[in-house]
Amino acid sequence: MSALGRLIDAPFEAVQRAIGAARMPYVFVAPNLLVFGIFVAAPMILNVWYAVTGGIQLMPGERPYVGASNFAELLDCDTFGVIASCRQDRFWRAVANTAWFVAFQVVGLVAVSLVTALILNRRMPWRGFFRAVFFYPVLLSPVVVALIWKWVLQPDGVLNALIVAGGGARVPFLLDPSWAFSWTVVISIWAHMGFYTLILLAGLQAIPADLYEAAEMDGTAHGRVFWRITLPLLMPNMVVVLVLGLIRAVQSFDEIFVLTGGGPGTATQYIVQYIYETAFANQTHILGLAAAASILVGGVLMVLTLLQLAATAWSKGGGVGR
Amino acid sequence: MIRFLTRRRGSARADWTDWFARIYLVIGLLVMFGPVAWLALSSFKTQTALQEFPPSLLPMGQKQVALPGTERPLPVFLVPRPDGTAVERVMVRRVGLEGQFVDPADPDRRIERARLTAVTPVRELHFAIENYIEPLKQFNFARFLGNSLFVTIVSTAITLLINAMCAFALSKYEFRGRDGIFIFILSTLMIPITVVLVPAFLIVTGMGLGNSLWGVILPPAATPTGVFLLRQYMLTIPDELMDAARMDHASEWRLFWRIILPLAAPALAVLAIFSVVWRWNDFLWPLIVLNRQENFTLQLGLAAFQGELQTQWHYLLAMTVVTLLPVTLVFAFLQKYITTGIASSGMK
Repeated sequence: MSALGRLIDAPFEAVQRAIGAARMPYVFVAPNLLVFGIFVAAPMILNVWYAVTGGIQLMPGERPYVGASNFAELLDCDTFGVIASCRQDRFWRAVANTAWFVAFQVVGLVAVSLVTALILNRRMPWRGFFRAVFFYPVLLSPVVVALIWKWVLQPDGVLNALIVAGGGARVPFLLDPSWAFSWTVVISIWAHMGFYTLILLAGLQAIPADLYEAAEMDGTAHGRVFWRITLPLLMPNMVVVLVLGLIRAVQSFDEIFVLTGGGPGTATQYIVQYIYETAFANQTHILGLAAAASILVGGVLMVLTLLQLAATAWSKGGGVGR
Repeated sequence: MIRFLTRRRGSARADWTDWFARIYLVIGLLVMFGPVAWLALSSFKTQTALQEFPPSLLPMGQKQVALPGTERPLPVFLVPRPDGTAVERVMVRRVGLEGQFVDPADPDRRIERARLTAVTPVRELHFAIENYIEPLKQFNFARFLGNSLFVTIVSTAITLLINAMCAFALSKYEFRGRDGIFIFILSTLMIPITVVLVPAFLIVTGMGLGNSLWGVILPPAATPTGVFLLRQYMLTIPDELMDAARMDHASEWRLFWRIILPLAAPALAVLAIFSVVWRWNDFLWPLIVLNRQENFTLQLGLAAFQGELQTQWHYLLAMTVVTLLPVTLVFAFLQKYITTGIASSGMK
């Protein structure tokens, strides 16, 4: 330790002698800022350049400027609202799928997380164990999540075995478009609910116990306690859950990509898969179109984030006191 | 468990919410753990056992007995007797629709004949360990495992070092641009990787890191959540400790390395756990950067493998268990730090 320590000390002490102690903070932040600058900030700026240039070249300098035509191509539809009439119908199919997915997934996620948090907040033995049970899938990798469910859902899988044992007929879960879509929603909730449950649980535990005691002394009904005390005081955490859930749902990709590959057909193809395939997986890499689509997604995410900030301010300002 | 199920709150009778909570938790346990447990159990089944429908709960295989003088273990069947009972016999040969059976306990090995349709295989618990060994030898899974370990360890080490340095400067110094830098770092939280996929790939390729594990390690090394978590923790460490060391002419680096870093160990531990889980599980970014098989991480190997070898579920299941095992162990032992870490920082 000490030999290694001295080895690391030496160069930094030399730097300090050269620039003085007052400038050392800049040395400390430099590596982090360098990584952020190169891999996050620079790509942000470059992304705009990609979006306004065409061709299939990777190098920014070789790409011809095309103005807003990438955006125009994405947004160009003969008949408004009819996906098949759009030039990039795959884009609009992905947008529509994502919208439906987000709607179901976020509502389900918030509902399931809230119920779970309320139950885990009760006084009971084994609370830590059950909290861990609901959180465990959060740590699993998307590939593992996909394979676990693929194995459960396959035609000869355990779920079909249970259905057959119960007298039903086998269901080809991942080969039927509406079943496949429903399962992507369910699996996504399964994989992520533990995280949101923890956020809500932290909020529930911050609610002062004497409020509940007072309500109990007054003989207030369970439902009334929930609507008048629990929910209003939980509002800030609910907002965080809702918006984080929204932002992440829009970006859903990995587990669904491994589970269904976007299929059957295009039933589970979501927007990030469109960006990934347009830029990297298809035979011609149409980087401009992918960059334009990612900027549109980034815009939506930005709006959602601003909504979060506004909603947080609202729930802190007026949500509780009324 | 029984105590929990029959327990009543206080002296009052259990009301419907108690029953709802109990039922919910039991169903929750089944739904959250069931699929994982099913996968783990299935991973020990042989390829033939996996094709059974309906599947058996436990990994079962046909019982086999090694007879002295035979090369391989022979399968055991239940052979019916005329009196209606059945006995265990080893099948030594198969002739058309008929099998030749011997009693393993009988030293003379008198041959009995029975029609194959009349006998039933004897099944016993059998763990197909070869599901785990074969893919590591035959396919590149040992390589994938090594790559994943390398990426996870190196990336976590870099993340801890540079994030701690940055947090140290932001929490312990007054310098021009400090607040601007802090806001800049936090604002990168809002830029998900999916939005900058194309140019980030260009930069990584331009730096010659395309198809290299370093291209996977470096871009996510600086994490805004890590800087935030460490900064908040370091703010609680009193500055007087540093002033005393400065009196002894310690360099600024020494203050960081010898005083603040050891004191920030609890926060570093939380970040280390998260970094390990993040990097071990990464998928989309490695998928774009790495396209030669020898550089694949375990996640990519698994995804590629499931596309190519749909029929080899026995290997696939075993390798999935290998992939989820480290994270499960980390969780089993460090569960408390993870859940409190999330509750206090809201990060994932």
